[in-house]
Amino acid sequence: MHELSLSSAIVNTVVKHAADRRVAVVNLRVGRLRQVGPDTLEFYFEFVARDSVCEGARLNQEVVEARLRCNPCGLEWGIELPAFRCPTCGGSDVVVASGNEFEVDSIEIEEAECIAPR
Amino acid sequence: MHRTKVKVVEEALDANNTIASANRADFDRAGVKVVNFMSAPGAGKTTLLERVVADLPGVRVGVLEGDVQGSMDADRLASLHVPVTQLNTDQGFGGECHLDANMVRSAIPALPLDEIDLLIVENVGNLVCPAEFRIGEDTRVMVTAVTEGEDKPLKYPLMFRACELVLINKIDLLPHLDFDLDHLLYNIDQVHPDVERIILSARTGEGIDGWREWLLRVAAREQVAA
Repeated sequence: MHELSLSSAIVNTVVKHAADRRVAVVNLRVGRLRQVGPDTLEFYFEFVARDSVCEGARLNQEVVEARLRCNPCGLEWGIELPAFRCPTCGGSDVVVASGNEFEVDSIEIEEAECIAPR
Repeated sequence: MHRTKVKVVEEALDANNTIASANRADFDRAGVKVVNFMSAPGAGKTTLLERVVADLPGVRVGVLEGDVQGSMDADRLASLHVPVTQLNTDQGFGGECHLDANMVRSAIPALPLDEIDLLIVENVGNLVCPAEFRIGEDTRVMVTAVTEGEDKPLKYPLMFRACELVLINKIDLLPHLDFDLDHLLYNIDQVHPDVERIILSARTGEGIDGWREWLLRVAAREQVAA
């Protein structure tokens, strides 16, 4: 149930950027390597968002595919299973090019039309 | 009403990582190396600590014991005359399943940092959540017991990848199990190629010397910036 703590982390991040404005949508990028259950995250998010600017906001989760890069041979490839050795040279000097994200990409805020003279 | 999109692009766990860096700075100032020690419940973390903490020549050890509830593990270790600090996680929602940087921060005033060289933080038993949360450690170690099955690296890759050392425990039980040790080692190598591994039994003491020597090497490491 780390989704509970992760939800709190999302809400805290959003609150910092929302400047007390009501948030309608939170756009989140979640890497495939993060072991996050989307439904569970949504469930806890709704709960944790109560009494904050995120109350009632929609959590929009974009899944980021896991891609690896082999430093010695330069190969870059996507993985479905957790196999982190380079399939070409068999090396272990492999970095995660994408798939580790757990990132608030943007938020969408409801605002009244500005009628003040500019 | 109209809708405005505000670009954020911020790791949601940055707040935790910032506190973890502050913890690490406090530990560095005190000259204390910190091991974040993790596993599933019942893999043998406490017994593996009992085996070594009172027997690390020249290294003063302290333990920070994270548990959902109770002080059973802390009591076992305290009987070995090493300073043990208990950190229960049961405030709030009936118990957090992991330690985070803020919980460890709150425990720092209670830690005898001037009297120890090595702090081992025994995390809450769990193969998922503790892997996500840095606490200000120098290194992470996990235990997997042969009773857990060969497939665990594939099911919990985040944990196996987060650790610098994997202890494979309870090998005294191998004769009684349908367990293929080579298959486990292969799976670990798939998930975290070349990660250090020590095969041991906390019960019989087989392989424990390797674990003890590894901790001595961590305690002797040069300090590097977090």
